Amino acid sequence: MAFTFKGGIHPYDGKDLSKDKPIREFIPEGEMVYPLSQHIGAPATPVVAVGDRVLKGQKIAEASGFVSVPIYSSVSGTVKAIEKRRVTTGDLVESVIIENDGYYEEAPPLNVKPIEDMTKEDIRTLIREAGIVGMGGAGFPTHVKLSPKEPDKINYVIANCSECEPYLTSDYRRMMEVPERLVMGLKIILLLFDHAKGILAVEDNKPDCIKKLKELCVDEPRISVKVLKTKYPQGSERQLIYAVTKRAINSSMLPADAGCIVNNVDTICAVFAAVIEGHPLMYRIVTVTGDAINEPQNFFVPVGSNYAQLIDAAGGFKTQPEKIVSGGPMMGFALFDLNVPVTKTSSALLCMTKDEVAKWKPTACIKCGKCLEVCPSRLMPSKLADFAEHHDEEQFMKYNGMECVECGSCSYICPAKRQLVQSIKATRRTILANRKKKS
Amino acid sequence: MSDMMNVSANPHIRSKDSTTKIMLLVIIALLPATGFGIYNFGLNAAILVCTSVATCVLTEFLYEKLMKLPLTIGDLSAVVTGLLLGLNLPPAAPFWLAIIGGVFAILVVKMLFGGIGQNFMNPALGARCFLVISFTARMTTFTYDGVTTATPLAMLKAGEDVNTWNMVVGTIPGTIGETSVIAILAGAVFLILFDVIDMRIPFTYLLTFVLFIGLFGPNGWDPWYLTAQLAGGGLMLGAFFMATDYATSPMTHLGKIIYGVILGILTGIFRVFSSSAEGVSYAIIISNLLVPLIERFTIPKCFGKGGENR
Repeated sequence: MAFTFKGGIHPYDGKDLSKDKPIREFIPEGEMVYPLSQHIGAPATPVVAVGDRVLKGQKIAEASGFVSVPIYSSVSGTVKAIEKRRVTTGDLVESVIIENDGYYEEAPPLNVKPIEDMTKEDIRTLIREAGIVGMGGAGFPTHVKLSPKEPDKINYVIANCSECEPYLTSDYRRMMEVPERLVMGLKIILLLFDHAKGILAVEDNKPDCIKKLKELCVDEPRISVKVLKTKYPQGSERQLIYAVTKRAINSSMLPADAGCIVNNVDTICAVFAAVIEGHPLMYRIVTVTGDAINEPQNFFVPVGSNYAQLIDAAGGFKTQPEKIVSGGPMMGFALFDLNVPVTKTSSALLCMTKDEVAKWKPTACIKCGKCLEVCPSRLMPSKLADFAEHHDEEQFMKYNGMECVECGSCSYICPAKRQLVQSIKATRRTILANRKKKS
Repeated sequence: MSDMMNVSANPHIRSKDSTTKIMLLVIIALLPATGFGIYNFGLNAAILVCTSVATCVLTEFLYEKLMKLPLTIGDLSAVVTGLLLGLNLPPAAPFWLAIIGGVFAILVVKMLFGGIGQNFMNPALGARCFLVISFTARMTTFTYDGVTTATPLAMLKAGEDVNTWNMVVGTIPGTIGETSVIAILAGAVFLILFDVIDMRIPFTYLLTFVLFIGLFGPNGWDPWYLTAQLAGGGLMLGAFFMATDYATSPMTHLGKIIYGVILGILTGIFRVFSSSAEGVSYAIIISNLLVPLIERFTIPKCFGKGGENR
């Protein structure tokens, strides 16, 4: 019996395109762009100046608060500029630009002691120093997640291995190729929480990963593998916690309130690299895929690399793409310019020959209630979207609009092709902004 | 990469379902009942159904043309309305009754209230009730094999015996589409399998109705009587094809159950205590009016409110 939550959808998963392609290292050329805001929280503050020579693994920007992380150069070269650059979301973000000299001359690793000699605080500091953030997409600083008010009350550290977004195979390749790094990383995180069990939560469409991880965990009393039903949004934090522990949290609660800490596969591997090897976060795995790509691939990519170069490395376009998405098709951002950098949170580059959204025109709601069936938060998306379109914030709140996790299942399923989650999201942003103003 | 690419907010994929596809499935599900009706009642039934469908589509088309609105006849919802209205007419009705009914259903009940999804009651049933009130004699005279006869439901009401087997097969007088339980159930199973309708409404409706008839009916729990009540009149067609109309039924799970219970009680009251033998149409349109109220009181409890272990 696989565990799951109520609601959700089963879109075409497209994982076959890239799932059997081993991870290949990608070698960037020329300019590298490091946006100072690749995480949730205060942007980092640059510690280099234009003209400075930097080494691979050298800190180029410093965390500017508790909810903030430093940024490291992933190449050696010269700082060319510190200016605003376009990022995947379409915003202009202050960035450090480094001209790659191609030597990859390395800076000394982070200061690591043998793991036995490290205190909990040492580990947390090291994770923060390494610039680790949630690499599943949100980019929440990992050290903050790992510093709950009452660490003793944490009973589960969940490794989010579900990878429920269609097309994405980066986590899958990680689990297939270096599962031991994932398990070791999870063990390191478990050192921080004495009363916690480690859970590797994997969707049942990855039986090979489940087998590998189970074999690795045979002698790990504190770690077990939990098989989840394949369904989107299984990897959403609240839904994952529910599937694993049957504890339900709402928007005003943190995972820690349910005694849980959830981290993504890539994040946990980054923890391993930082704590054991002293490597700051410089690389991530990016799936370059879609029916418009010649050779769909999983690349080991230095953060700061250029998207256009990644496409060339994947054999370029087979057909002219109508839409290019940074991230998965459900939560990713559509790009209008490929000249943007890979950041800590870029999980995929999806190039689609046909844009399904443009094909359908939104029509009137027929009140079929399908959005209610799929909503993982058990809301009434069609009603919420009506309130959103009429700017009726009071009713929007009354119908629990703030509990939306913005997974987009409602927009996916809607037979009238309404822009449900889009309207709901816009209103949530307005309400949150107004709340901030007031406080 | 200077070519223009599409940009839109996520998600970037859509399911293959569409309003048109759903309507098409409903039309397919209605074909057995339509086919049986035409076989059972002959040519005039075919003429009535076709007239009704054509009138509905044409009315929607002309209204949208005249009001300079986007054309929506492609979504096939007008075809469904026309088909349901046609199936709700007596087989001997004159063709102009179908035209009046079709215009009323689309123009008054659907378009004037904002078109698809906005109508407050089922257009086909709204039109049927309008016709029953306006042309009572023509709408309540049923002929079978050329002879004017009472429907089995009217005979039940008068305390006479009926052939229950014929009622299940459908070889009885009645409106064009309502007579054959087998044909209607075939369509209903199809709709449930394709996830077009939710089982909650029809099942709570039928269950409540049976309980009501058993408790308050003249024959108590007599199984033959109950089966005849279930198979008679517009109950099956109403429960599976009209009460489940999306726009006029609640979206919430609890709401669907409450709605089904109200339908069952109202139908029972009409059939047992009113002067007419039939009551499904009125039960459904009255319940339609209660839907906004039902929805307001059944907002689902959202995920995570109420703490652990839910």
